[in-house]
Amino acid sequence: MFSATSGRFTRPAVLLTGVLLAGLFAGCGSSDDDSTAAPSPSATAVPSANPAAADGALTVQDPWVKAADSGMTGAFVTLVNNTDADVTITGATSSVSPMEVHEMTMRDGQMVMQAKEGGVVVKARSEYRLEPGGDHLMLMNLAQPVRAGDEVSFTLTFADGRTQTFTAVAKPFTGAQESYAPGHGEPSHAPHGEPSHAPSASHSPTP
Amino acid sequence: MTSAKSPVSRRGLLTGGALAAGGTLVGAVAVAAARSEDTTAAPAQVPVATVGEAIEPFHGVRQSGVATEPQAHAAFVAFTLRPGTDRAALGRMMRLLSDDAARLTQGRPALADTEPELGLLPARLTVTFGFGPGLFTAAGLDERRPPSVVDLPSFPIDRLQPRWSGGDLLVQICADDPITVAHAQRVLVKDSRPFATVRWVQQGFRRAAGAEPGRTQRNLFGQLDGTANPKPGGPLETAVWIPDGPDWLRDGTTLVLRRISMNLETWDLLGRTDREFSVGRRLDTGAPLTGTAEHDEPDFAAVGPDGLTVIPDFSHLTRAHVGDDRFRILRRPYNYDGVPAADGTADSGLIFASYQADIARQFLPIQQRLAERDLLNEWTTPIGSAVFAIPPGCPEGGWVGQQLLG
Repeated sequence: MFSATSGRFTRPAVLLTGVLLAGLFAGCGSSDDDSTAAPSPSATAVPSANPAAADGALTVQDPWVKAADSGMTGAFVTLVNNTDADVTITGATSSVSPMEVHEMTMRDGQMVMQAKEGGVVVKARSEYRLEPGGDHLMLMNLAQPVRAGDEVSFTLTFADGRTQTFTAVAKPFTGAQESYAPGHGEPSHAPHGEPSHAPSASHSPTP
Repeated sequence: MTSAKSPVSRRGLLTGGALAAGGTLVGAVAVAAARSEDTTAAPAQVPVATVGEAIEPFHGVRQSGVATEPQAHAAFVAFTLRPGTDRAALGRMMRLLSDDAARLTQGRPALADTEPELGLLPARLTVTFGFGPGLFTAAGLDERRPPSVVDLPSFPIDRLQPRWSGGDLLVQICADDPITVAHAQRVLVKDSRPFATVRWVQQGFRRAAGAEPGRTQRNLFGQLDGTANPKPGGPLETAVWIPDGPDWLRDGTTLVLRRISMNLETWDLLGRTDREFSVGRRLDTGAPLTGTAEHDEPDFAAVGPDGLTVIPDFSHLTRAHVGDDRFRILRRPYNYDGVPAADGTADSGLIFASYQADIARQFLPIQQRLAERDLLNEWTTPIGSAVFAIPPGCPEGGWVGQQLLG
């Protein structure tokens, strides 16, 4: 029973590590040239607000980013397309990190993470969820800590050249660790038996 | 005892709205049918809220959870701020916690909720934030702390334990469903973890939702508890809410939270007459010993055949009585009932939550009189004490405490 358990934890972790590296070599961070064009002060300072809804191509719902001191982290949001035309997201930028749009996909019987080729299509009259364990916006290399409660601006670039900015609040979050753990996800990194003082190794409780 | 009563009338109390809307006055099946008709065939009507679906507001001038009709379950969670949690960090924490509360109270999962299905039944959930003295210090705002928001003076009756006392930040979570309370507590504790540690949690309960609508609650001594509360409307307004002062305090209030151990073993030794003397009220109706109904005015001057006052001078009623709304407190207590010792000794008591505009003007004089001479002290012992400023509420898009910390 013991060995079976540890096998379940380590196998996907090893696979994910490989994908992460592959993703980096495949041009993660290629959106650098866009990042400076995203000063993006949000109209409001509200985690639940929806500042981009009025004039953007998409309605932005429940954006948040996983707090982290350094390295990689993820941002999540539900994008709603209320128009009759598909909207294609070709890139995402943030002032705190180079970014990629990642997808989870089945490969050789395993869910793995990879850069999304050709961008993300939000179909007409439908919603597209970026969530832990699924497609997500990947912050590849934080230039500064993203602390719990911080607000981080993101800019999405669409295929037609338009952009849309939204603000996401940073949440302490220990779930879905296998997606982001830099290096390798040992069984001890799995989200069980977490110490009460430091929820996870990846973000120390500095306010 | 209650089984002798008709189940229809009991259900009627719970689902009066459904009955009225459906025009049916029969048993549970018909009630359920009427309810489903309401939501499908008659969308124009106000939908009948079940206990689970009922909602209390979060956004507003004042925080909910104070004047709110008390819910059945409560968790009072006190935090100690971590070293380094300064004013800016407090702002980030309150932004997160306010957002959690805004969502969960309205029946929406929190952002990044790992158990979103548990966030769908608010059951009148309220989340109320309180700032202890240490929060003002951590924020560098000691000069803005209301003078009476400070540890209470020690009373001779106190046997305070650190594990139930103090706290920099209070999160009061109340709902009519215990799973809702547990989930909200989990979410709020998780989001506070970068900023604070859990100092203590006090979980309490009252009667189940709808079990006894409109009645004063009973404590585990069997006494009605809260009869003398200021009436909703003007009196409560006067007693509870801070009418003026800086904008971060106006429409706020203060909370004194006392954990009061009730010794059921020694209380058991008393006969019914002595029990009623100790509180000055009848146990069944809650009427003062000089009256016949709970809300009758007590007549402290009435003298019995033995030449003594009918309501003893040392009774809880006499000592706690306040005539003027300006000096009343709003009691919103919850019972606690721990695990008995091996010999059966109970661990029971009261989480005594008292709200008032000014602790020094309202709470302290009453507490002083009770501490000096209240027969109930024989069977009750304060074992925890904490004091918090309850800041005003926040508008949509804002967070609680923004006027102070922002």
